[in-house]
Amino acid sequence: MILNAFLLALKEIRNNLLRAGLTTLGIVIGVAAVIAMVTLGSGATKRVTADIASMGRNLLIVIPGQRRGPPVAATPFQISDADAITRDVQGLGAVAPQQARQGVAVSLNRNRTTQIVGTTNAYFKAREWPVAVGRDFSPAEERAGKAVCVLGETVRRELFGGESAIGARIRIDRVACDVVGILEAKGQSTFGQDQDDLVVMPLKAVQRRLAGNTDVNLIWISVASANDVSRVRADVHALMRERRHLEAGAADDFEVNDMQEITRMVESTTAILTAFLSAVAAVSLLVGGIGIMNIMLVSVTERTREIGIRLAIGARERDVLLQFLIEAVVMSAMGGVIGVLIGLSGSAVASQALKLPFTVDPGIVVIAVLFSAAVGVAFGYFPARRAARLDPIEALRHE
Amino acid sequence: MGPSGSGKSTAMNILGCLDVPTSGRYYFRGTDVGTLTRDQLALLRRYYIGFVFQGFNLLKRTTALENLELPLIYRGMAREERRALAREVLAQVGLADREDHTASELSGGQQQRVAIARALVTNPSVMFADEPTGNLDSARSHEIMKLLKSLNEEKGLTIVLVTHEEDIAKYANRKVRFVDGHVASDNAAVAA
Repeated sequence: MILNAFLLALKEIRNNLLRAGLTTLGIVIGVAAVIAMVTLGSGATKRVTADIASMGRNLLIVIPGQRRGPPVAATPFQISDADAITRDVQGLGAVAPQQARQGVAVSLNRNRTTQIVGTTNAYFKAREWPVAVGRDFSPAEERAGKAVCVLGETVRRELFGGESAIGARIRIDRVACDVVGILEAKGQSTFGQDQDDLVVMPLKAVQRRLAGNTDVNLIWISVASANDVSRVRADVHALMRERRHLEAGAADDFEVNDMQEITRMVESTTAILTAFLSAVAAVSLLVGGIGIMNIMLVSVTERTREIGIRLAIGARERDVLLQFLIEAVVMSAMGGVIGVLIGLSGSAVASQALKLPFTVDPGIVVIAVLFSAAVGVAFGYFPARRAARLDPIEALRHE
Repeated sequence: MGPSGSGKSTAMNILGCLDVPTSGRYYFRGTDVGTLTRDQLALLRRYYIGFVFQGFNLLKRTTALENLELPLIYRGMAREERRALAREVLAQVGLADREDHTASELSGGQQQRVAIARALVTNPSVMFADEPTGNLDSARSHEIMKLLKSLNEEKGLTIVLVTHEEDIAKYANRKVRFVDGHVASDNAAVAA
């Protein structure tokens, strides 16, 4: 009986293909929009989380100055600040002071404007960024601020192409510098920034030879255990206030940023945005459902005589009810399936364009199809009941 | 038979379990029809009764064969069996070559034959025909009546037929005349 009602529904939809198509359009658009929003949203979240994780786990970043509020005089840090952190704070993984500046790397006739990062070997550890080829800095090189460098993959490719860079001598601005290692490639960050576009040198080499000062403008701190991050953050904060002679009540003139916190913030922002957009998209499902109800009511009126014949021949109320209900459900479920296909292919294309990871969540696909079928039941029931309650004699007389 | 408005169609609707009497009782196979629910009436119609209407009332955009299958679907008959039976009965009314024609592709007489076949296909206890010749010319009308007559004589099928035309009524063995909602004469009653 159900199979027959199903075949009948398909036949009826085929007879009125254009009408059925237009009727389900609301459902198609609604489902496609929800699927696209959720898929792109989860892709964006994954991307951002992966990016932040790629900066290093359990990472704190200490920078002078305040990005929020009124601008304050930002005294840079010194190497001694990093040493103090290492000495006074418990539970650390690695502490890497850094001074970064822009510079031009030149090899023979090729050059590239890039970021010159002066730091220590702790940098590679804190950012979980191993040297892929060659070696990191020796203690002597770090102590003496020797002009050696580890290249980011982009800089290596730009300067050396397919040739080996290890042992080559390049110039950074006016300083001749030996290449001792190549960093593992990291790729682009969330914001389209090429993370491999850098040259790493010993901190003292940058300070003395390039900058001519002893400033440290960023300290990377990795925390040994994820549970300790907030405690370490508070300790570093207190220590820095003390070292910078900030009186109680005075505003910070530095920031300690917690990557975990940033991750959570980004995740919750994307989640809220996704939920909001999905809710808007879901409204079109409701509109689609009303469209189906409308057309089913028209269909019942049009087919009053057919219903009369069926009743006269021996169809019970439930037989007629089932027939119209199944028709509504088949229509809306087909709309749901088409919507899923459109939503998925649309978000596949969009993911490609936005360079986001594209993963299909089977759960949301199943939910979308079931939900659209449920829309069919909810909005098809009223017209179907109206059909089932028709008086056979009246219905047969209907023109 | 009787003039229009005399209550003959209403009587037939009650006899055919499409309608229930507002007063009085009608027993069908020993059951007081007036006490049954809509669904129970539908089941009576499904298993014991066949209908033929003046306006043919075939399903549009549906082939002759599928029209015949319709009551069998409600009886829950399997597809193959259903199809074979529908073919056989369609052949009985002389439309074996019109199986795949839809109602709009058939003439009035052919449509009424399909309708008769549809009423017949379930092998009902009784067939009700409400002005089956009302929309047909006289030649076609007599063809239909001969078909019904032969069904009655050869298969022993009881046919209750409503008409207001004397020459159609001539085919009947028993005539009940209606006037203003009352039975005016009944030749069987006289014979009994």
